[in-house]
Amino acid sequence: MPRLRTIFMSFFKIGLFTIGGGFAMLPLMEVELIDKRKWIEKDDFLDLMTLAQSVPGPVAVNTAVFIGYKVRGLRGAAAAILGTVLPSFTIILCIALFFANIRDNRVIDAAFKGMRPAVVALLVFPVISLARKVHPALIGVIVGAALLIWWGGWSPIYVLAMAAVGGLAWELLVAGRLTQKDKEVKR
Amino acid sequence: MILWQLFISYLKIGFFGFGGGYAMLSLIQNEVVVQHEWMTNAQFSDIVAISQFTPGPIAINSATYVGYTVGVQGGGEWMGILGSVIATFAVCLPSLTLMILVARFFLKLKGNRWVEGMMKGMRPVVIGMIAAAALLLIWPQTGGEVPEEERNFVDMWSWVLFGGVLVGSWRKINPIHLILGAGAAGILIYYVLGW
Repeated sequence: MPRLRTIFMSFFKIGLFTIGGGFAMLPLMEVELIDKRKWIEKDDFLDLMTLAQSVPGPVAVNTAVFIGYKVRGLRGAAAAILGTVLPSFTIILCIALFFANIRDNRVIDAAFKGMRPAVVALLVFPVISLARKVHPALIGVIVGAALLIWWGGWSPIYVLAMAAVGGLAWELLVAGRLTQKDKEVKR
Repeated sequence: MILWQLFISYLKIGFFGFGGGYAMLSLIQNEVVVQHEWMTNAQFSDIVAISQFTPGPIAINSATYVGYTVGVQGGGEWMGILGSVIATFAVCLPSLTLMILVARFFLKLKGNRWVEGMMKGMRPVVIGMIAAAALLLIWPQTGGEVPEEERNFVDMWSWVLFGGVLVGSWRKINPIHLILGAGAAGILIYYVLGW
């Protein structure tokens, strides 16, 4: 059974070196968790990635909780989550403590003026590339959701809840019949 | 009181944060900028920019930063540190509980029609949420004129940088480099050349 300190240190390393978050951490996780520690097998790891994305919350935290819990129970999960979060927590807190003092600096201000539109572009790009992979009939859902939140001022929570109910209704009422019809046609 | 609201807000963000980093931004924006008005749209963009070149998930980075900012408004530096701990803890709490449940019932959940159906419905909405976050950053939904220091697009150069980064993303340039490049361009345009 691995020591709590080992679990903490492994995830601390992953948390420290995944700049930009999200999928940047995948290669490092593979090396650390599969090759070095052997806490999970490669196939299970891929399943875990799909799962960590379907459960709400940051993917890095979800993965850490799952593996920590698997190897060392509740305490393992706590050690893993602490390791993942601590590097970014410390660095951001330092920036927050320091940022108010330098925010009015003219160079810093100019840099942020340049970075703000760049941030918006970084959000627009995944929208375009993800929307291209979606079934054309669902483009209306994307636009509708965007308009409700942006123009209508709705909380995304309500929109997500509506979508979950809609998807469930579709799966249980319509999709079931469609596959049944398929079977009848084949017969 | 403000710390309790902070806790509840980030608990919500953690619990409904489907679809990872960028989709969570829409939730964070709704709680922090639209509903509680703890910060402006421009300050929100600043955090996203900082998150791009610091380690860790955006949700954690923003929780720590917003927690500190909100706590400071409630009474000084120590309240700020307390606020950052509370917000970061709150955003992780749903992950902790839900993932442990999943770890216990791992196989039962896979291929479950109820779970699949809900996921299918939420997938396009998650894309719409990212779009809404971007739209709100370009055109905030506040009545009247937004002061220049609170806007993300201040002049023609903002749109030039926006287009440049969009093309850069298309060509698969690392987002860290794009953000740092845009920062350097900002210094050149607004400070060195003084346009």
